[in-house]
Amino acid sequence: MSPATARQAMPLAPPAASDEHAQSPAHQKVLIRDVDFYYGAFKALKSITLPLHDKRVTAFVGPSGCGKSTLLRVLNRIYELYPGQRAIGEVIVDGENILAPGLDLNLLRARIGMVFQKPTPFPMSIYDNVAFGIRLYERLPNHELDDRVESALRRAALWDEVKDKLRQSGLGLSGGQQQRLCIARAVAVQPEILLLDEPASALDPISTQRIEELIAELKEDYCIAIVTHNMQQAARSSDYTAFMYLGELIEFDETERIFTHPKQKHTEDYITGRFG
Amino acid sequence: MAIYTRRRLINASVMALAMTATGFGLLWLVLVLWTLLWNGIGAITPALFSQMTPPPGSAGGLLNAIFGSVVMTLIATLIGTPTGILAGTFLAEYSRGSRFGELVRFINDILLSAPSIIVGLFVYELMVVRMGHFSAWAGAVALAIIVVPVVVRTTEDMLNLVPNALREAAAALGSPKWKVIVMVAYRAAIQGMVTGVMLAVARIAGETAPLLFTALNNQFWSTNLNAPMANLPVVIFQFAMSPYADWQVLAWGGALLITITVLFLNIGARALASWSTFKQ
Repeated sequence: MSPATARQAMPLAPPAASDEHAQSPAHQKVLIRDVDFYYGAFKALKSITLPLHDKRVTAFVGPSGCGKSTLLRVLNRIYELYPGQRAIGEVIVDGENILAPGLDLNLLRARIGMVFQKPTPFPMSIYDNVAFGIRLYERLPNHELDDRVESALRRAALWDEVKDKLRQSGLGLSGGQQQRLCIARAVAVQPEILLLDEPASALDPISTQRIEELIAELKEDYCIAIVTHNMQQAARSSDYTAFMYLGELIEFDETERIFTHPKQKHTEDYITGRFG
Repeated sequence: MAIYTRRRLINASVMALAMTATGFGLLWLVLVLWTLLWNGIGAITPALFSQMTPPPGSAGGLLNAIFGSVVMTLIATLIGTPTGILAGTFLAEYSRGSRFGELVRFINDILLSAPSIIVGLFVYELMVVRMGHFSAWAGAVALAIIVVPVVVRTTEDMLNLVPNALREAAAALGSPKWKVIVMVAYRAAIQGMVTGVMLAVARIAGETAPLLFTALNNQFWSTNLNAPMANLPVVIFQFAMSPYADWQVLAWGGALLITITVLFLNIGARALASWSTFKQ
């Protein structure tokens, strides 16, 4: 499939509202500037610089081990859970460098939601899974909490499937439902940025399509960064695409242009499936 | 074809050896249980649960010993479980890869395999000598020292089985580390941790040596934790060694009682463990 037809093959028309947004000028939400990353002595990211725009989806593509997931993990500093991992450089979010020492990581992570490759429902009820993040920072009366949980589940297109079994364990859901539960959990805390690390790679095609529909809707409100191995997915659901290779950013541009007129030969070879 | 025949022969002979070894091991277990049942079942009477340990030649039961065992096991579990869980949590969640963590783990492993008589002597020096008399407190502390390393180990092992992805997911919502542990990691590991506590209780239920040096024994009903207290293992030890037939019968009864308790604790622990894997 050529890149152009991949984009035409997009299974759903984006909602009218997002068309309006697509025409409004992109506001730069995040600026990643000269970021290096080390796993111990191994340098996994080399001087990465690129912006992320608000109400836009930026896709990170590249072969395994190119550093795209690592870059995502820098943005909420989740790598700090592991000693020996460190990032150097600046990540400016709304004018503030979030890599600065002394920053409250918990507050940072409450602002920047993340969804992982494998669904990670907590061993508790569906309701408590979604309420977990809300309860961390807000004391809400029960009915308000109920409303927040419901609206998060609706946003994640899961409400109709689980509304009658909110008290049952989240572990009892199917893989695709679990991943949407994780998305609901992430949007329930009303973050500003959503990081999606191959959110659909463990799912079947129908669940994948639902997740992509969801991304299209969520970008009306969030700045979204998504790592994906699936070129069609990147072409379908993103506005900007960054191609990475061996820890370096090879090319960053509007998705349209990356997939039709890539400037780098390397990028073209990868997206057309000639290597990778 | 010759190779295939040879493999079948080797397979059959190794299988036969393995089954013989299994049978040999099980034989002794069955013999022990059978002897215990044969000799002990006659002693399981209402009197066993309602009367005190008697002087030689008169009728009696084991009520004071059963009570003492339950009380000291309970106190030991109440001291040992929180200590063990906190230490296991430290090892699994806070000390990953650190030298100090390695040291604590090493010491805990030594404690895990330490002969219980050493624990008894230690508490004897620590408490009995200083207090000037044997006491139920000393017995409970000695048992607690045996509980702690078991609980530390199972807690650490169970927390290590919790996937890091779950911790990352909770941290990514802005959850502070202690909440990640208490609300997510503990919940994921709870069945295994409870199983560990039950196995630790089973382990101390039959310990004799540590109590011999600490709680000693008491012929009478006593609820005073500052005084010597009767308990099943020491009563069994004393009565079984005695020349009196009625004491020996009570010893068989007590031994059967402990064995059944341990058996049910183990079955309970296994049921809990398999139930948790079934649930997930």
